[in-house]
Amino acid sequence: MDAAVKPVSVRKSVTVNAPIAHVFRTFTERQNDWWPRAHHIGKCEQFTATLEPRTGGRWFERGDDGSECDWGRVLVWQPPTRVVLQWSIGADWRYDPALKTEVDVRFVAEAQERTRVDLEHRGLEHYGDQAEAMRNIFDSPGAWAETLTIMAGAAENKPS
Amino acid sequence: MAAQAQLAALGDPTRRTIFERIARKPMSVVDVAAGLSVSRPAVSQHLRVLTQAALVRHTTQGTRNVYQINARGVEALRAYVDALWSRALADFKAVAEASYQPKRRSK
Repeated sequence: MDAAVKPVSVRKSVTVNAPIAHVFRTFTERQNDWWPRAHHIGKCEQFTATLEPRTGGRWFERGDDGSECDWGRVLVWQPPTRVVLQWSIGADWRYDPALKTEVDVRFVAEAQERTRVDLEHRGLEHYGDQAEAMRNIFDSPGAWAETLTIMAGAAENKPS
Repeated sequence: MAAQAQLAALGDPTRRTIFERIARKPMSVVDVAAGLSVSRPAVSQHLRVLTQAALVRHTTQGTRNVYQINARGVEALRAYVDALWSRALADFKAVAEASYQPKRRSK
């Protein structure tokens, strides 16, 4: 993949002190336990984020009442080294199948019990179709400034 | 605010295509127009909108303008998604490590 063909993307790395297989499973099977609770699209407070473990699988959340909301699709499934997800969540936290952004996650074993996770979320320019919803995010102190404040704290103990 | 203007500018598919081409490598108006089914004046107009939205900028090289991505301008858009993933990955790390070594609390 050409590294240059990424007009607007976000890249993040985090090093986890655990073996690669465990880290991959935590990412793909236990999103529920680490995904920021405020950021999801269903109506239920309690929900289960689920990845179907195969290329072409669904990525969705299921609320306690059984309702389901799609997040996207699994584009690449290569355990335990890589997973690429199509993220079709709009700026208003609604599913939009036409919105094609990609989350590319690579897992690298740096030691037996240390794994680096490189994440790239690309195609963000496609949010241009959702300017109005995005404006609400930028302008809303609750959603945006608070996230930044939390982030500032989290970033301090986050290995890069 | 600026971020909204940027997103609105990228909401047009042709402009997005132009933006993506420039992001790959800096190029002149002629190069941008090549292969697109829009007229050169239309391309120039799109470039004006992208420039006003601080998504691209140009430098003059001899008799032609060379357009390139305005890295600082796209930062506001990136920042939101960046913050989201920072938080998610920090929590992800904590969960992965805590579940591997249950005795150790990461947070």
